[in-house]
Amino acid sequence: MTVMTPPYRSELGSGRDGFWQLLHAEWTKFRTVRGWIIGLVIGVIAMAGLGLLTAGGAQSSCQAQGGPARSGGACMPSFPLGPAGEPVNDSFYFVHQPLTGDGTITVRVTSMTGLLPSASTGDMRPGLYPWAKAGIIIKENLNQGSAYAAMMVAADNGVRMQWNYIGDTPGQPGAVSPANPRWLRLTRSGDVITGYESADGTHWTQVGAVTLSGLPSAVQVGLFAASPQYTVKGQAFAGTSTIGLGPTQVTAVFDHVSGVGGTWTGADVGRPLDYPGFGSYHQAGGRFTVTGTGDIAPIPEGHGGDADSALTVTEFLVGTFAGLIALGVVAALFITAEYRRNLIRVTFAASPRRDRVLAAKAVVSGAVSFVVGVIGAAAGVLLGTAIAHARGYYVFPVSAATEAKVIIGTGLFAAVAGVLALAVGAIVRRGAAAVAIVIVVIAVPIFLAISAALPLGAADWVLRVTPAAGIALQQAYTQYGQVTGIIYSPLSGYYPLSWWAGLLVMCAWTAAALAGAAYLMRRRDA
Amino acid sequence: MTEAVASAGYPTWGARYVWGGFWDALHAEWTKLRTLASTWWLLLAAAALTVTVSAAVAAAYRCSPGAVGGCGPAATGADPAKISLTGVYLGQVIVALLAVLAVGGEYGTGMIRVTLAATPRRMTVLAAKVLVVTGWALAAAALAVGGSLLAGRLILPGHGLSAANGYVVPSLANGTDLRAFGGSVLYLVLIALLALGVTTAVRDSAVAIGLVLGLLYLFTIVASVIPNKDLSRHLQQIAPMTTGMEIQATAGVSSLPLTPWQGLGVLALWAAGALLLGAAVLRLRDA
Repeated sequence: MTVMTPPYRSELGSGRDGFWQLLHAEWTKFRTVRGWIIGLVIGVIAMAGLGLLTAGGAQSSCQAQGGPARSGGACMPSFPLGPAGEPVNDSFYFVHQPLTGDGTITVRVTSMTGLLPSASTGDMRPGLYPWAKAGIIIKENLNQGSAYAAMMVAADNGVRMQWNYIGDTPGQPGAVSPANPRWLRLTRSGDVITGYESADGTHWTQVGAVTLSGLPSAVQVGLFAASPQYTVKGQAFAGTSTIGLGPTQVTAVFDHVSGVGGTWTGADVGRPLDYPGFGSYHQAGGRFTVTGTGDIAPIPEGHGGDADSALTVTEFLVGTFAGLIALGVVAALFITAEYRRNLIRVTFAASPRRDRVLAAKAVVSGAVSFVVGVIGAAAGVLLGTAIAHARGYYVFPVSAATEAKVIIGTGLFAAVAGVLALAVGAIVRRGAAAVAIVIVVIAVPIFLAISAALPLGAADWVLRVTPAAGIALQQAYTQYGQVTGIIYSPLSGYYPLSWWAGLLVMCAWTAAALAGAAYLMRRRDA
Repeated sequence: MTEAVASAGYPTWGARYVWGGFWDALHAEWTKLRTLASTWWLLLAAAALTVTVSAAVAAAYRCSPGAVGGCGPAATGADPAKISLTGVYLGQVIVALLAVLAVGGEYGTGMIRVTLAATPRRMTVLAAKVLVVTGWALAAAALAVGGSLLAGRLILPGHGLSAANGYVVPSLANGTDLRAFGGSVLYLVLIALLALGVTTAVRDSAVAIGLVLGLLYLFTIVASVIPNKDLSRHLQQIAPMTTGMEIQATAGVSSLPLTPWQGLGVLALWAAGALLLGAAVLRLRDA
């Protein structure tokens, strides 16, 4: 007689093997290794600490001619701020009269000539600065930084409509001359100002229509001339230098002024004392000759002038590079340690679908790195700004939205780097090789680009094609096409790609590495 | 009886302790490193990466047309030797990795216990490893720097850094270039020894390479971003990569924080310190 023994079944309920369980397992593995948690803490400290070092260690000294030596906050520049809170240049010669309510001004520009400083003798020589501007403007008042909209001819950049410092819309290209004059018109209707241009005064083309919200009923309208400080870009390895060589001047001739009929007054807006006698106007019949210097434009960060001593949010984030090294080590070890200890066999035995193991590890690594990046960047940016302000230092301003963008962007950058490090670790299966590769592809390109070890073009390319392109997520300041004379380079915090393009390049590399890792994991024995 | 023989044959300190059986140990280390495929790949990778980056950077060099006074050395401040050697910034990672794996690999696999059982004199083992790694690093560095020199010579004159513009085309025939290129070989060897020392101290490849590269790149960044100029200069005088790389300078030498040879000397001190630390850990701790 045979006894039928039922097959053994555990009394315990069968475990679920969903992705969440796998995720939970991987998270438990991660958080219980003390060395990795220490590594993450080091990452946060390195990321924030370097920026705080910058904010806390800043020292500057200056001395006005004949004045006492000063240091620290006393040397800080102060800029007029535009309507959006950004630092601006706002000094020009303005032939103006009041305008109340709606109205229109029309002029014809027949010539633009100018003077440039001469490097050798110090005298002026004839010539036009490429962004010398002359035209018509409707401006809130005569204060620096007040709202405006203007139609102008720029020496080498054709007709433009510009407003509130940041706005810039191109019209017809080409230089102005008596044989080739330009007609310009500005019309105010409520808060909306519309700019038109014409070659003959009869056929008009609209260049742009802008809304200056909150513009008072009484504004100033008139003719203006401005020509920026002459600068020379020097391309060197030890940083990119811009050398200022002094003021430039533009003289524009206007006629056919119509639409306004009051009395004209000439005035320097901004700081006329810097260059006395540079601005003037002369009226003969219907013909106005206006001469001016200065600029109506935003001041880009690191422009090489007064703002050089300003601290920047980019400097507070310099530790990202260090945090990435720590994250790279931890994320690579997260998988290579399993291979080294043979724990990977247990992992695969418990969860035979290897792709899902890789995915779970990637999620844990990415999430942890994101948190490290956000905490490190938030501490660096917020505390750095607070410390710099407390010490009386000027921080080149950014909006709260930009701060948030940069902090979350750093988190994303770190998260993708964490996933990439994990994928590389899964491919090479050796900790040291994985760490070295990750550092070479992410941290070293940033180092090379921001430490002036590479020539300019090469630095830009390095941050376009390597996974380090993700650093574009940290772009805090805007690059202005209408402001030349500074070099927009990684060294001064301008990255060659937009934030989404940089993220895309980095994600493409990471996706490729993940795909390679998944393929190899499937193919290879553990 | 046996004990007496053992203690007579294996003194625990002194010259005989270090040198006794040294050639055997050296031979063993040489065989271990030579028979690893990764050693050869790393050797080639170090040379290839260095030369590729150097050549790419040399080809990317442009004299900016707006610069004051044209493209002469006074206006650009460009240093042809230094440009030709840019790849060393990356090549050093591979050289360091080679050194890290020479020690860390043994700890990773447990081989170190076999090694120390076969050669109980630990200082002898370390000395043999130092010598073998120095040899490999020399070979890698000579290939890397030689290739970079060739790339610089061929590429730079076509990018404005020509003799006609007043530059010295890189060549070993003149003293400063010989210092820059020969010194770069020494630089890479010292980086390898620094990495060897650190790995012997921390005994884990991944952590060691992270530490070494952090020390090299991070220190340099910290030294350059500190806004306090005095502190920044002092840091630049002790940061191992910044000072070591000063050996590459052939232009503007007088404005460096240290002279080129002093700079390399500081790196040598770092390497010596790391090796001492490694030796102490190796001697005092269980493997």
